[in-house]
Amino acid sequence: MPDTLPADSVGIVTPQTYHFDAPIDLACGQTLENYDLVVETYGTLNADASNAVLICHALSGHHHAAGYHSAEDRKPGWWDSCIGPGKPIDTDRFFVVSLNNLGGCHGSTGPNSINPETGKPFGPEFPVITVSDWVKSQALLADRLGIQCWAAVVGGSLGGMQALQWSLDYPDRLRHAVAIASTPRLTAQNIAFNEVARQAITSDREFHDGRYYDFDTVPRRGLMLARMVGHITYLSDASMGEKFGRELRDQAYKFGYDAEFQVESYLRYQGERFSETFDANTYLLMTRALDYFDPAYEYGGDLSKALAAGNCEYLVLSFSTDWRFTPARSEEMVNAMIAARRKVSYAEVDAPWGHDAFLIPTPRYTDIFTAYMDRVAREVGA
Amino acid sequence: MRPDLEIIQQWVKPGHHILDLGCGDGTLLDFLQRERGASGFGLEINPDHITTCMGRGVAVIEQNLDTQGLGNFDDGSFDVVLMTQALQAVRRPDKVLDEMLRVGSEGIVTFPNFAHWRLRWGLTLSGRMPESEALPYKWYNTPNIRLCTFKDFEALCRQKGIRIKSRRVVDGQHQNSWLARLWPNLLGEIAIYRITRET
Repeated sequence: MPDTLPADSVGIVTPQTYHFDAPIDLACGQTLENYDLVVETYGTLNADASNAVLICHALSGHHHAAGYHSAEDRKPGWWDSCIGPGKPIDTDRFFVVSLNNLGGCHGSTGPNSINPETGKPFGPEFPVITVSDWVKSQALLADRLGIQCWAAVVGGSLGGMQALQWSLDYPDRLRHAVAIASTPRLTAQNIAFNEVARQAITSDREFHDGRYYDFDTVPRRGLMLARMVGHITYLSDASMGEKFGRELRDQAYKFGYDAEFQVESYLRYQGERFSETFDANTYLLMTRALDYFDPAYEYGGDLSKALAAGNCEYLVLSFSTDWRFTPARSEEMVNAMIAARRKVSYAEVDAPWGHDAFLIPTPRYTDIFTAYMDRVAREVGA
Repeated sequence: MRPDLEIIQQWVKPGHHILDLGCGDGTLLDFLQRERGASGFGLEINPDHITTCMGRGVAVIEQNLDTQGLGNFDDGSFDVVLMTQALQAVRRPDKVLDEMLRVGSEGIVTFPNFAHWRLRWGLTLSGRMPESEALPYKWYNTPNIRLCTFKDFEALCRQKGIRIKSRRVVDGQHQNSWLARLWPNLLGEIAIYRITRET
């Protein structure tokens, strides 16, 4: 944390754990008897509970979206650029709710939690969770918090898919869905990258069929590789070029296979750090949730039919150099909304950072996001 | 309200689903939504306009007519397709007209008249490309690359089997004038056409 707290920061925040005793039925057919969700909130819920905004996290995200946990924190929450006083999601006006999803590894019940039936971590026994399951658990959280209708459900990437799913599963419980750098379904190429990541993890000798907790080890190498390949898909060729080019760590080639190029050492560093903080089974689960997401599936592939149930307004944003979920994927979503006569606004923001652009506050992105959320706030009297 | 918008809003019925091509800052759609109970979308490429639309609750899609067309809209999916002061700025106005009347049952088009006497006079007298209030650009930086006259437009409609349901002619301030009604192609600066497919 900087020495003095920036004026547009939500400041020091403390996560809270909500325990749910009622069993939740999951899409896979299994039931979780009880579970915890770890939640952070920013801002104040107004008297008629109309100013609540739900933040849905992406693949490796969690509940800590804004502010700092302590003065010693090096970095703020993952979406601090967009959440805070005067920021696009203005905490002076909105009550912002951010949670760690079910199956996560940051405190909510997931594969590394203790299975009450066995007294051991769930590991591979933890059910595969879908985007719909997440939305269902988020609706139960909304009940707990006394929120009948969200002013907006907002997310980037996998978070955007949750926003879209919300509008289909609970059409009357949100006024706006904001899907940024997202997609209505993964392409074969997207699934292929996920499969490489999963293979990297499951083929690690330390994986032990997902029971590595019992062996007091983690598939560090596999998780690191999974993150490295994932990370490449989050950046653009141009942004990697600008950041690293062909720069060497030392002056000359060493004619070996160690990390000689800066980009190699960067990826290794990112992968290693990630492997120390993230759970391998959660990574498998999250990538599977991505693969399975396809709300049009039940409607013969026609997303506009799925959207007929929708009732909210949509904001869809894409980024010009995002090759993971390209602007064309967002436009697919937008066109289905148009065909379903849903109210939707769409912009493709020019930004060089690839998929990661949704985390980086470029002027146009910030302007659009601010203008839209300002209108949402006015609409709910916040 | 601007007289051209006043005229257009009379042609929009409550509940109409509208597509506004080149919707600008969304003034017209905003008005039609609030005052006429219409719904619909605007297409725009100017980033500032798009932001303004979003801020005022006008559904706007960033889409370039020249490069992307209207292929993402289904046949007959709109009651009215609007195009105010943008026909002269697209690469193929003829194709845009076809597309307008494919996706909508009716089109409303406004554009500046290149045969207005002041433009004719300016060209005759100075030998330079005319500039006016409606066309305030230089020949090299103008976005208006397909200028035409009312007569040109009407000839194109005839050729395409497009029926002109009505035409209103106004001056540069969008005011009605009896002179413009009398001799539109010479004295009218801006025309508002209401068009449909010949049945």
